[in-house]
Amino acid sequence: MMQETMQVVVDTPSYIKCRQVCKANVRANRCFKFKKNLEAVSGDELFAPGHSACAGCGATVAVRLALKAAGKNTIATNATGCLEVFSTKYPETAWRVPWIHAAFETSASVASGVEAALKKLGKDVNVIAFGGDGGTVDIGFQALSGAMERGHNMTYICYDNEAYMNTGVQRSGSTPYGSSTTTSPAGSVSIGNKRPKKDMPQIIAAHGVDYVATASIAFPLDYMKKVKKAVATNGPAYVHVLAACPTGWGSASERSIEICRLAVDSGMWVLYEIDHGDARITYLPTKKVPVIEYLKTQKRFRHLKAEDVQDIQDMIDERLKRYSNEI
Amino acid sequence: MPRGDVLHGSRAVAEAVKLCDVDVIAAYPITPQTHIVEDLAEFVANGELDAEYVLVESEHSAMSACIGASATGVRTFTATSSQGLALMHEMLFIASGMRLPIVMANANRALSAPINIWNDQQDSMSERDCGWIQLYCETNQETLDTTIQAYRISENKKVLLPSMVCLDGFVLTHTIEPLEIPDKDAVNRFLPEFEPAVYLDPDDPMTLGAFATPADYIKFRFEQEKAMRNAIEAIEKADREYKKETGRGYGLMEEYNTKDADIIIVSMGSVVGTIKEVIDQLKGEYNVGLLKIKAFRPLPKERIKEVLKNARVVSVVEKDVSIGLGEGGLFSEIKGILYNLDERPKVLGFIIGLGGRDITQPDIRDIIKLSKKAEKDVVDEVHWIGLR
Amino acid sequence: MTVSLGGSVKDPGSTVKTKTGSWRTFKPEIDNDKCIDCGNCWIFCVEPCISKEDGKYVVDYDYCKGCGVCAHECPVGAIEMVLEEK
Ligand SMILES: Cc1ncc(C[n+]2csc(CCOP(=O)(O)OP(=O)(O)O)c2C)c(N)n1
Ligand code: SF4
Ligand SMILES: [Mg+2]
Repeated sequence: MMQETMQVVVDTPSYIKCRQVCKANVRANRCFKFKKNLEAVSGDELFAPGHSACAGCGATVAVRLALKAAGKNTIATNATGCLEVFSTKYPETAWRVPWIHAAFETSASVASGVEAALKKLGKDVNVIAFGGDGGTVDIGFQALSGAMERGHNMTYICYDNEAYMNTGVQRSGSTPYGSSTTTSPAGSVSIGNKRPKKDMPQIIAAHGVDYVATASIAFPLDYMKKVKKAVATNGPAYVHVLAACPTGWGSASERSIEICRLAVDSGMWVLYEIDHGDARITYLPTKKVPVIEYLKTQKRFRHLKAEDVQDIQDMIDERLKRYSNEI
Repeated sequence: MPRGDVLHGSRAVAEAVKLCDVDVIAAYPITPQTHIVEDLAEFVANGELDAEYVLVESEHSAMSACIGASATGVRTFTATSSQGLALMHEMLFIASGMRLPIVMANANRALSAPINIWNDQQDSMSERDCGWIQLYCETNQETLDTTIQAYRISENKKVLLPSMVCLDGFVLTHTIEPLEIPDKDAVNRFLPEFEPAVYLDPDDPMTLGAFATPADYIKFRFEQEKAMRNAIEAIEKADREYKKETGRGYGLMEEYNTKDADIIIVSMGSVVGTIKEVIDQLKGEYNVGLLKIKAFRPLPKERIKEVLKNARVVSVVEKDVSIGLGEGGLFSEIKGILYNLDERPKVLGFIIGLGGRDITQPDIRDIIKLSKKAEKDVVDEVHWIGLR
Repeated sequence: MTVSLGGSVKDPGSTVKTKTGSWRTFKPEIDNDKCIDCGNCWIFCVEPCISKEDGKYVVDYDYCKGCGVCAHECPVGAIEMVLEEK
């Protein structure tokens, strides 16, 4: 297990300014490496505004940063879901890279065909398949498993908002334990979703895929680095990025990034990568935040009782321990 | 030089695909199609065909991969049958809606349950509304020739719709027949290099598969129908030019003894061979003709009407049924085509050969006898053959 | 209006024709004197509708839906969400 060093390249006047404010009680991880952040994010804007995502939608950040990391020599495929619907209402499109959508469960299989064609044409183009959590861990599972196992040179990015949002917040295999959704509502005799979240990155890793990573939109540098590595991998690669959904999570739109940061700081979501079998946690919070701080930002968890929260805390502590041993 | 050979129907399809220089093949096994993709795998493994061969994990993904590859600007092929075609259902509409000229062979087979691997045409008949061109073949030679023609038709700029080449499972796929494999130069002259109309390219980024609101959706559907109408001419044109190169042509449909016939049988696929034989045997005794439908989609309605309008009885012989309507799809459509005529023939439907049940010459003779009876007497509209 | 072949859209980034600024209730106002150039508002903008012009971050109000992420992520409170006057 290794932790990324948190050193920052110094000697810019604004860095010093930032440092001063940080001392004035702003959490360090909010702006550490900001200089590098700025450089990394300065690539072409390949995702245009004017789309119809909800205000504060995290999926857009996931896509925008991924495209910046991959660059414009990219073909994107997309599963049906919020991202596809809000970005391509005919006759308009938010995409500035070539993009194709066929069906809900077909982002990986369509990307397989794109990749095969590029190979035949002798063209060297990045292929990125985007899918929501439903389109990835549930209905698109088989197609994704096939594509990963076949070894296509593609990057699959699952933007995980932990439910079927486009159809109105139904539970998916990626919905966390205790979350209330429209098909797993909390009630007098139900805690909401009764099952823990399916561990998709580990399932993909079990395919022997060369590069697997988890990410959070609140850690742009970490995320973009991972996308860059994934795209540079000669073969299949998988990135699973947590992306808040204010509409489905019942959170304030301005808190989307904060929530995705709290998820990591609480251990609810762990940032790691498995690079050619080499596993490492890429970011560990310096001070772990109690999970209640994360849960209380979202209405989907508001029904949880103190003992439920303790159960969740125990679950994530146990998982983090396991990851720390295994990764 | 064209080459004579004796081949299974499956092999005939594979030879055609090779001649067309297909770039991406998506493969998934199902009886009785499997030999097609096996033969193609062999061609690729031996370096006889320079294609990317994608071993998908389902037919749903086979069609999705073809969609992705075709949208990236290359010629694609897949083959399926029965359950596989049914699993693709969702993607068939998407391939045609996106106007991608994919070509697929369907080895016609019955649908479960009960599971049955033998031939009927319920599988492709159940996909008649999905916007694919459907061409039914009588012989292995016709299957080979039709597969080559299908690329030319699908890639025609006024068409740009996917094509399904339907060949009867086992009856054609697993039966050997002497045939002629056209010369590669002739195919090259007939089939120009694929020039995609829309394709994914970072130098000219476009979006394919956007979502359309009610304001536009119906227009896309109408455009597809227009393209299907254009396909009627495209099929004839391709056939004419193919004939110039190879001496063989099939048209949209084939008329056999239809002129002044009292009874005309309408059918599709390999069974028309048997029907032709019986018609020959009964010459002088019964005045019977045959209309073989090759292009079921687009269905050349006006031509069909012209051929059938003067007959007294039209008997549709087919290997499918719409449960709940109690009649076959082709029968319903032929009735519909004739309905608005002032004077129209009687139309009878014969459901036969389901799940691979043999269709014998006596069966056809019985059908003709019953049709004769219908000239004067009242007989049931629909008959199931082979219930005993 | 005729439609394109198979629904293809050959105008990349054309959602810019749709001005989503009308969705807004609160609008972000950036105080450039307070700004320390950390770029958080721009990095995390979900539209995106914040860019840097002449060394200053500016909001394109044609598209800003007023989600408030920028103001929330600004470490020095340089962005204020003010009620939109319509
Ligand atoms: C085969 C099929 N089943 C169901 C649907 C309906 N559907 C469309 S989008 C969607 C939810 C997508 O969820 P997810 O993949 O998590 O993406 P999100 O909308 O949450 O971003 C569903 C259920 C569909 N389009 N196709
Ligand atoms: S419902 Fe959620 S995921 Fe979908 S657009 Fe709105 S915020 Fe984004
Ligand atoms: Mg989702």
